Amino acid sequence: MNQPQRGKLKIFMGYAAGVGKTYQMLEEAHSLRRHGTDIVVGYFEPHGRQDTVAKAEGLEFVPRKKVEYRGNVFEEMDTDRILARHPQVCAVDEFPHTNVPGSSRTKRWEDVMVLLDAGIDVLTTMNIQHLESLNDQVQYITGVTVRETVPDWIIRNADEVVMVDLTPRALMHRLQRGVVYRPEQAERALQNFFREPTLVALRELALREAAHEVGQRLGSETETASRAGAPTSNKQHKVLIHITPDPKTAMVTRRAKRVSDFLGAECVAVLVQPSGDLTGLAEPARQALEKHLAFARNLRIEIHILKGTGTSVLVDFARQNGVTQIFVTRPRSRTWLRFGSHDPVQEIIDLAKDMQIVIVSDRDPSAREHRRAGSV
Amino acid sequence: MNQRRKTPEEILREVEAGTEKGYLKIFLGYASGVGKTFRMLDEARRRRLRGQDVVLGATQPQMPPEAESLVRQLEVIPLREVGQGTVIDVDALIQRRPEVCFIDGLAYDNPAGARNKTRWEDVRELVQAGIKVAASVNIQYIAELQRQVEAITGKHVVQTVPIAFIRSADEIEIVDAPPIEALGRTPDEQAGLEKRQRQLLRLREMALILAADVVDRQLTSYLESHGIKQQFGAQERILVCITADSNAEEMIETAQLVALRFYAELVVVNVDQPELSSIERAAVDEKLSLARAAGARVEILQGRDPISTVMAFARTRGMTQVFAGHSRRSRFLSRMLGTSVDRLVRLSRGMDVRIFPNKQ
Repeated sequence: MNQPQRGKLKIFMGYAAGVGKTYQMLEEAHSLRRHGTDIVVGYFEPHGRQDTVAKAEGLEFVPRKKVEYRGNVFEEMDTDRILARHPQVCAVDEFPHTNVPGSSRTKRWEDVMVLLDAGIDVLTTMNIQHLESLNDQVQYITGVTVRETVPDWIIRNADEVVMVDLTPRALMHRLQRGVVYRPEQAERALQNFFREPTLVALRELALREAAHEVGQRLGSETETASRAGAPTSNKQHKVLIHITPDPKTAMVTRRAKRVSDFLGAECVAVLVQPSGDLTGLAEPARQALEKHLAFARNLRIEIHILKGTGTSVLVDFARQNGVTQIFVTRPRSRTWLRFGSHDPVQEIIDLAKDMQIVIVSDRDPSAREHRRAGSV
Repeated sequence: MNQRRKTPEEILREVEAGTEKGYLKIFLGYASGVGKTFRMLDEARRRRLRGQDVVLGATQPQMPPEAESLVRQLEVIPLREVGQGTVIDVDALIQRRPEVCFIDGLAYDNPAGARNKTRWEDVRELVQAGIKVAASVNIQYIAELQRQVEAITGKHVVQTVPIAFIRSADEIEIVDAPPIEALGRTPDEQAGLEKRQRQLLRLREMALILAADVVDRQLTSYLESHGIKQQFGAQERILVCITADSNAEEMIETAQLVALRFYAELVVVNVDQPELSSIERAAVDEKLSLARAAGARVEILQGRDPISTVMAFARTRGMTQVFAGHSRRSRFLSRMLGTSVDRLVRLSRGMDVRIFPNKQ
């Protein structure tokens, strides 16, 4: 039997609930249907919004699957049923959704991968907040930690990413008119997440990300033609992430991966352990390291666990492997700069004077506030 | 209506509204056919449904059928004939005083004999007269981007709008759609469209970045007018610290690359030190001209303590990344006394610090 040609993925990207992602996706579904494409809706989340509900009329829906969990019944997308129906195109709302435990797959984006593998084109929706590498930045902007994230490589592999734009004021008016949420809910939203500066900043983030996606698709060869003064050197960068039990390691990993993606550089994560593995480690540290390694793996970063002690093992590895940039967490202020101290970050800076070292900081506004209050 | 206490931003906006300044909203597209006209007219329709007094001050000579059916639902103030051509009827619009006036197509030169040379100047007059205007424009027609656009498309556009006018907009909305629908096309069809598609993608990138810049300026002025000094970090800002012995080539090259890929702002600084020898001073000057050639903004700072001077500058400018050279102190001495890098890192909370090798 012939392997079907992989389906195409198109993402409608927004910056907040209510900008019209689902509406635009359904509009495209109608347009495809009018042109004779066999299209179904695999999952649709109306959120009780009238214009969206109206927009869904006339489209074929694949019934959802009921999943029981702890005595409650949840509804999820019925991937098997869609596969059996096998349309040309399937519209799937809320790409970053996490399925209820007991479903065949953990994440909806994994279900979408199954549809694509079967040769079905997929239209889907998501907000910029759910992009893994922007997780920290979004948290600083909104004060909310987003847990349902989608790894960047999935977005990068999408065939099309369309930015669904609406100005923040128009969005706030929609909220005030009760188009997006019920009145009490809208009231709360306007006082928390949907404040103007938050929306403006998220929108800017989304616009830059969309521009970056476009630039990425174009590759670098046309860059010099269109942008004056672009660098001409082709120095190949290689990024190394220092994995430690420090909880900020996840942030460093995200930032470093984002930089290496943007620069088209290779990226490796390195952990130094006396035993060469995680055995013999005290419990909280082992668990933290395991989590950080799993996170790096999930972002498709190559992992090396080096046997030995001291930062020189790390720096030697970097030198032997042509690493040009080492990403580290900020040292804890307690150990930093104490007379004759041995902070590992300080040691790396001392030892690797032939490389670029990036010390990654929280972009947290409160950290800045704190710093401003402190002495300079 | 439910009673809600007004937020400070609403009160501020009301105060600002009292100055009788109109309001400009731009629908920005990157090519004809992305659906700017439809999106704008659809907004006009929706506003009218909500009971607003809406008129259409200009339409394009040719429109897609779905846009035409929208036009039929709206009140149109027709273009006025002047000499060999037509202009928007500024006087009639000012007299009619709609709540919102929609102008489809901003980049037109007016015929000889009209009171303004271009349509965007007519629109500016409407805005100054206190009318709320929404207008559509394509990225190709923005004067300052002409050179870039020509390099991409090979086409020369005559009628343009200055970028400052676009940036003065109160709101900007980007009409984005991928250049050519990839779904439902055969591989052969796609291959034939490849070249055109790449051109359009580049224009699309430019449009998105222009919109992001306008949005960034809005955010900054919003935060300033509210006395908020927060740094949201949507825009990356890179500060490169140059000294007489820094490896400026590598630092500036890396900074330029990062700035290009992240669409970041790039600033290069040197803290003036009176005790430098003439050779060192010449070295600094050479490095700074290298930075200028790379398109960076260069600033000379004054201050007795270089590190705190740089960090104070970085903080007021909302920098997100600081680039500096490795310390030249020996390992032993840095252990005992600490280094300038140590201090820089300690004072740079909230920013990433990138330390560069010195020249071998």
